[in-house]
Amino acid sequence: MRNEKLLASKWVPGAFLALFFLFFPVGCSRNPSQRGLVVAGSTSIQPFADHWAEIYMREHPGRIVNVQGGGSSAGIQAAREGAADIGMSSRELRDEEKELFEVVVAWDGLAVIVHPENPVSDLSLDLVRNIFAGNIRSWKSLGGGEREIHVVTREEGSGTRSAFQEMVMKKERIFKGAIVQDSNGTVREIVANDPSSIGYISYGLVNESVKALRLDGVEPSYDHIIEKTYQLVRPFLFVTRGEPKPEAIDFINFVLSRKAQEMVRHDGLIPAFRE
Amino acid sequence: MTRLDRNETLIRIALLAVAFSAVSVLLLITAFIFGEGTPIMFKYGLRRFLLNLDWFPTEQSFGLFPMIVGSLFVTLGALAIGVPFGLAGAVFLTEFSSQRLRRVLKPVIELLAGIPSVVYGFIGVVVLVPFIRETFGGPGLSVLAAAIILGIMILPTIISISIDSLEAVPRSYREGSIALGATRWQTTRMVMIPAARSGIIASVILGMGRAIGETMAVIMIAGNAAAVPKSLLDPVRTLTSNIALEMGYASGEHREALFATGVILFVIIMILNTIANLTSMKRKS
Repeated sequence: MRNEKLLASKWVPGAFLALFFLFFPVGCSRNPSQRGLVVAGSTSIQPFADHWAEIYMREHPGRIVNVQGGGSSAGIQAAREGAADIGMSSRELRDEEKELFEVVVAWDGLAVIVHPENPVSDLSLDLVRNIFAGNIRSWKSLGGGEREIHVVTREEGSGTRSAFQEMVMKKERIFKGAIVQDSNGTVREIVANDPSSIGYISYGLVNESVKALRLDGVEPSYDHIIEKTYQLVRPFLFVTRGEPKPEAIDFINFVLSRKAQEMVRHDGLIPAFRE
Repeated sequence: MTRLDRNETLIRIALLAVAFSAVSVLLLITAFIFGEGTPIMFKYGLRRFLLNLDWFPTEQSFGLFPMIVGSLFVTLGALAIGVPFGLAGAVFLTEFSSQRLRRVLKPVIELLAGIPSVVYGFIGVVVLVPFIRETFGGPGLSVLAAAIILGIMILPTIISISIDSLEAVPRSYREGSIALGATRWQTTRMVMIPAARSGIIASVILGMGRAIGETMAVIMIAGNAAAVPKSLLDPVRTLTSNIALEMGYASGEHREALFATGVILFVIIMILNTIANLTSMKRKS
């Protein structure tokens, strides 16, 4: 009996090691040419990047472009660490991120949206800031009837939220009682169903279920964004660590080509060369 | 040592290794969460995490208090709805329904447990949230919505375990009580439920575990505002949804703060389980 126990104590670490080696090598060894070009980051850019990658791969058989989400900050981080060949960011780079190589691949407007039945259709940027800061809590003073304002925002770390923070809120904080959703789609869904709500989403995703507000009298529209009269415009960036490698340059060139930029326009974004 | 003996030993060791692999996964998860989450808590001090009301993780403000309170509110709300209904269902099915009805109803209730949580969340968003908004006001995405949906989600756990424990009460208890002239309801209330108490408490603990850990459905219907709710109709964020909501985007200290959220969730669940286990043990003895 005692002998048996001794044997077991000798065997257990060995068995663990065996198990460990059995599982360890899986998933660690894939060479870079097989994984293709990794493009990762902003979930706002992701659907467009998917579309570009699909056409690009069709035109260049054998090339693989692997598009992943994760968010702007994660994309920038991945590009910095070399985990992704190209990082996607839907906000401007912060100062400490400026060492990265950046290319604007498109522009996107940010639309402030309300329920279609809301009588308010024009707000100043100042009022929008005060609403999202929680200083104005009722639609009454804005001409929207005696209802509490339900503010809908995006989660911390989202590129759309940081762009809104920089362009609208400036130093103010979005107030804590705001409803938080983790995608453009769910923000739109909530605003489309709640007559008292207000939110912000990518201009390309505005549809008839919500109403995009005029800001300081300027309607968010393709022309106004091109003319730069509409203020809330953010770049969609591709970033790389240092000079991009040849395959990355080829893909970026494709994205900036007339054909891909035409797709950008068709998908509701503003082409990179808006002048 | 004979060959048979050696085979026996080998098999024993193989089984031991497999059994330990499950435990070691748990240990690894625990070590990983604590390894990632505690450094930032020590760096800024525990107080900054537990008592601060402001959650602005990109500005070094890591107040988890609203989420801790949020998790507790939502879980208590779910229990307030799930326990009475669940217990009533279990009592009905064991004491008052016919064998045939029970044979149909019990599997149907257990089927509820198999519905993915995203489906509960979806139903919550489409049906419950607009109903609350139009009937009671507020944005609809609220503590109340989350409590109701979670209350329904924990029903199968509470009902099936309570049924098992009521059925495990020796027949002689029930027969003795009825022989003494007690009515069926008196028997249920004064003999059956007290006798099955530890099992019923266990069912509540498991239900509570499910409610506090549920993430997807809660994200969809709770509104996720990182503020302490002032009423049942205010939006609320739980610890689990805080992690799931921001994990995809977080980097640096923000990410570590989310692991810290995991640490706090872990500790809360351990505390709740210990309290619950202690009370049920005390009652038993």
